[in-house]
Amino acid sequence: MIEIRNLSRRFGTVMAVDDVSLTIAKGEMVALVGTSGSGKTTLLRMLNRLVEPSSGTVLLNGQDTAALPAHLLRRRIGYAIQGHGLFPHYTVARNIAAVPELLGWPAAQIRERVDELLTLFGMPPADFRNRRPAALSGGQQQRVGVARALAARPEVLLMDEPFGALDPVTRAQAQADLRRIQRQLGTTTVLVTHDMEEALALGDRIAVMDRGRLVQCASPAAILTRPATEFVARLTGQSDRPFRLLGLVPVADLAEPGAASGTPVDPALSAREALAECLWSGREALPLTGGGRVTLHRLAERARGAE
Amino acid sequence: MRIDRPGLVLALPGAAAMLLPFMQFRANRIVAGEALSMPGWAMACLGAVLALGALRLPQLWRLLAAAFGICLLVWLAGNVATGLTADAPQAARASPGSGLWLMMGTLALLVADAIAKMRPGLRVQALILTLACGAVALALGSGHLADISVMREYAARSDIFAAHARRHLVLAFGSLLAALMVGVPLGLWLHSERGARPAVMGGLNLVQTLPSLALFGMMIPLLSWVAASVPGAAALGIAGIGFAPALIALFLYSLLPVVGNTVVGLDGASPEAREAGRGMGMTPQQVLARVSIPLALPVIVAAVRIVLVQNIGLAVIAGLIGGGGFGTFVFQGLAQNAADLILLGAIPTVAMALVAGIALDLVVKALQR
Repeated sequence: MIEIRNLSRRFGTVMAVDDVSLTIAKGEMVALVGTSGSGKTTLLRMLNRLVEPSSGTVLLNGQDTAALPAHLLRRRIGYAIQGHGLFPHYTVARNIAAVPELLGWPAAQIRERVDELLTLFGMPPADFRNRRPAALSGGQQQRVGVARALAARPEVLLMDEPFGALDPVTRAQAQADLRRIQRQLGTTTVLVTHDMEEALALGDRIAVMDRGRLVQCASPAAILTRPATEFVARLTGQSDRPFRLLGLVPVADLAEPGAASGTPVDPALSAREALAECLWSGREALPLTGGGRVTLHRLAERARGAE
Repeated sequence: MRIDRPGLVLALPGAAAMLLPFMQFRANRIVAGEALSMPGWAMACLGAVLALGALRLPQLWRLLAAAFGICLLVWLAGNVATGLTADAPQAARASPGSGLWLMMGTLALLVADAIAKMRPGLRVQALILTLACGAVALALGSGHLADISVMREYAARSDIFAAHARRHLVLAFGSLLAALMVGVPLGLWLHSERGARPAVMGGLNLVQTLPSLALFGMMIPLLSWVAASVPGAAALGIAGIGFAPALIALFLYSLLPVVGNTVVGLDGASPEAREAGRGMGMTPQQVLARVSIPLALPVIVAAVRIVLVQNIGLAVIAGLIGGGGFGTFVFQGLAQNAADLILLGAIPTVAMALVAGIALDLVVKALQR
């Protein structure tokens, strides 16, 4: 779907992105993480040519992106940024309609698409269509920003710290919504974040950038259990690592037959939440709703990285 | 009954105005005159109006009271003037005294205060402005004020007054239009070419600091030379003095506010919104037309307001170099020591600037919603 080949970008004497190659499959969500100045945003912006590469190529469906005028390329790629970047003088509906309008869709089709997206994001169209962005909460603005990026059914969605400006509760909800919608639409997504927690929650794979180089690109579990470099290990936070690892699996995956005392827990909870429940209630094992149990011993084993 | 303190402060000058001369009667327009005070019954009426203005009452009452006071004052001034000049020779003049002006100003402030506190919507404000203009036109057109000195001066010059009014408007609006046609594109260019800003803005700042008379002084030899040496220039009306240098001076003074506000407005247009526009595939022209300019528009219109009010006032200077406009009356009046003639130029200038200022304020507010 997206094939990045030996991509580099130099700003003056600094290599912001240094010879990065990466292939992203259709429907995959890749989280680009790294510290500030690691080149993750520059890499993202080279995908839709907001930054032109110094060398290397990007192929989209096998087609070289440099072959197209940049603005036409960008109309095929959704783009959502931190602080949403909504047009303050447009209504919600016109904001979402921006790209379809650029593409010259018929008005009726645009209207239909706007309502469809507002519904998808849990915002009743009749209530929200004609509001200005200033009349929305931060979470609603962010949702409209993502809806706008998805309006013209792009094959690829690029997101640059899309949830950076949200409070933790709204943020968690926004992440869950994004995951659900991305799965539902199958949109290939590249997301830049400096928050490892967010990358672990959203990414099918996590690409770690350090000083312009791509140091590791692997599944969340592999990043946590087999960090390629010292930098990746530090980024994943050694003290949080067991908990983050548990956070990746539903407790149902660790279930065994048997019984345990106390209130049963939902098997869809993450193993991390189950561990917290064990510690908080002082139990050695928890019964699961619908049968079976999970033991503290099994949770601890998993937290050490055992399969 | 409680006292409205700001209202009281506004009403106090009106009380003082009753002690000052209401009208002046002079045997001709140059000699010193005798002062007349306001009739007692009118003093009582206006005193009551002022008292209403100083009390904490529904704003509509205060507004209607002050508006009634203004009507009374205008009617009375016309009547007194007619009475004074009825048996006097043609050269005799009845002119408003300091008391009348001060009372008028006080009542106008009370009206403005009451309107501001009623917080009317933009449409209502526009309606009020229209009604006020209509009322003034009605009062002047009725002939009731014909015996007041300024109107006598008007009657003597009614043939050229309209032409000078038109000229004044052309100077103010023409220079504004030219400044917009040059300044907005210049602002757009400076928006993208940051490197050119210090030079251009510095130059415009320098122009702004030049005194208007010095600017005329510099333009007289320059334009005389152009008129003499460029074929066809003289036929276009370009000359060292007159309309052309006045228009050019006003144009130059207008450039800084227009260019400055265009740049500030464009810079202030949400950078995230511009970035988003670019990121979604707008061409640079589309970003400018759909995002930057609409967002900058209130700031640009604010510049139009500044420039228009400034130019309506500055255009008076054109009278000094034969450029026409209301300044012609002002400078004639100064030369002849005839205060009424000065007022014939000054009052319409002030009225025009006020109306333009208020009207464009309404436009700016409408755009900011």
